[in-house]
Amino acid sequence: MKFKIIAILFIAVTAAVYSCQSDEKLEFMRYYTTGQELYKTRCQNCHGAQGEGLAALIPPLTDSIYLKTNRNKLACYVKNGLKLPIMVNGKPFNGEMPPSGLAPVEIAQVLTYVQNNFGNHLGLHSVEKVNKELESCN
Amino acid sequence: MKALILSACCLLGLAACNTSDKSDNLLPIYGNREAVTKTVNGKTVTDTVYHTIPDFETVNQYGKKITRKSLDGSIYVADFFFTSCPSICPIMHRNMLKVYDEFKKSGNVKIVSYSIDPRHDSVAVLKNYADKMGITGNNWWFLQGDKQAIYKLAESYLVAVMEDNKAPGGYVHQGYFVLIDKQKRIRGSYDGTNPEQVANLIKDIKLLQTEPQSMIAQ
Repeated sequence: MKFKIIAILFIAVTAAVYSCQSDEKLEFMRYYTTGQELYKTRCQNCHGAQGEGLAALIPPLTDSIYLKTNRNKLACYVKNGLKLPIMVNGKPFNGEMPPSGLAPVEIAQVLTYVQNNFGNHLGLHSVEKVNKELESCN
Repeated sequence: MKALILSACCLLGLAACNTSDKSDNLLPIYGNREAVTKTVNGKTVTDTVYHTIPDFETVNQYGKKITRKSLDGSIYVADFFFTSCPSICPIMHRNMLKVYDEFKKSGNVKIVSYSIDPRHDSVAVLKNYADKMGITGNNWWFLQGDKQAIYKLAESYLVAVMEDNKAPGGYVHQGYFVLIDKQKRIRGSYDGTNPEQVANLIKDIKLLQTEPQSMIAQ
């Protein structure tokens, strides 16, 4: 009897954990696929289908270390554009990125796509995180 | 017997070569044309006069004056852009770089990119743009000239450009790459934002390079 209860408990716990994980995964996939569409229409012209950028004019999106270290600033960059000179893949870029006009949830979606494509694996960038980051834009 | 089969194969191969070499894969000539009848050495001759690119006066990224004559003896590809263009220009020039890389070693193919925003795109701005694209030498010119003249010139390349305050960056323009032969005639027009069409452009330039002089003499 004791054994049975333990077994049922065990199954319940695993099921709970498992469904939790798949919920998370589902959420991620939702962000990612919408982000992919947004990327195509709003970012791809400049940054390229492979995130390759354009020579020394437009930075590539393949520098995982840059994305990781500047992760908390990315939402502001996408929202307000970027004028500062930046170093990407060891090369300086000093062009100008226009403001995107995207809503916070769209910013979260496109950032999730970029940070998990082009050789990057940085996981979900939730809208809650984006909202928090947007509060402290310069 | 074996030799017979082999030679038959060779013949077949040659025959195949011959058919594909036929001149029916010449590129078309675009634009209006008219028949002009004139008298040469006492004989009446009717000639087809094709639409050609008219003269223009511009300055390239090195500050050097560039006119229609500067392109004499060159096959060239033309497009219209502006350096601060947020929409289709980056994708056009990402594709144009492929054309540049393919022909930078062959002396008779050039690329000219006319700026449609000459007020912003000064020689210094164009030079900076060219440098950042990694363009050196004289195979790809970025040209600046009188705005109205450039807009008028675009028409003769069969490309539409116009100013529009509502458009991103302030201008609307078509992203065509226009292929011009040594006689200044339009031989092809390709969507510069479409990698497949740009691949066709590269193929067509190679075809144009092999076109015998006698066939293109006007």
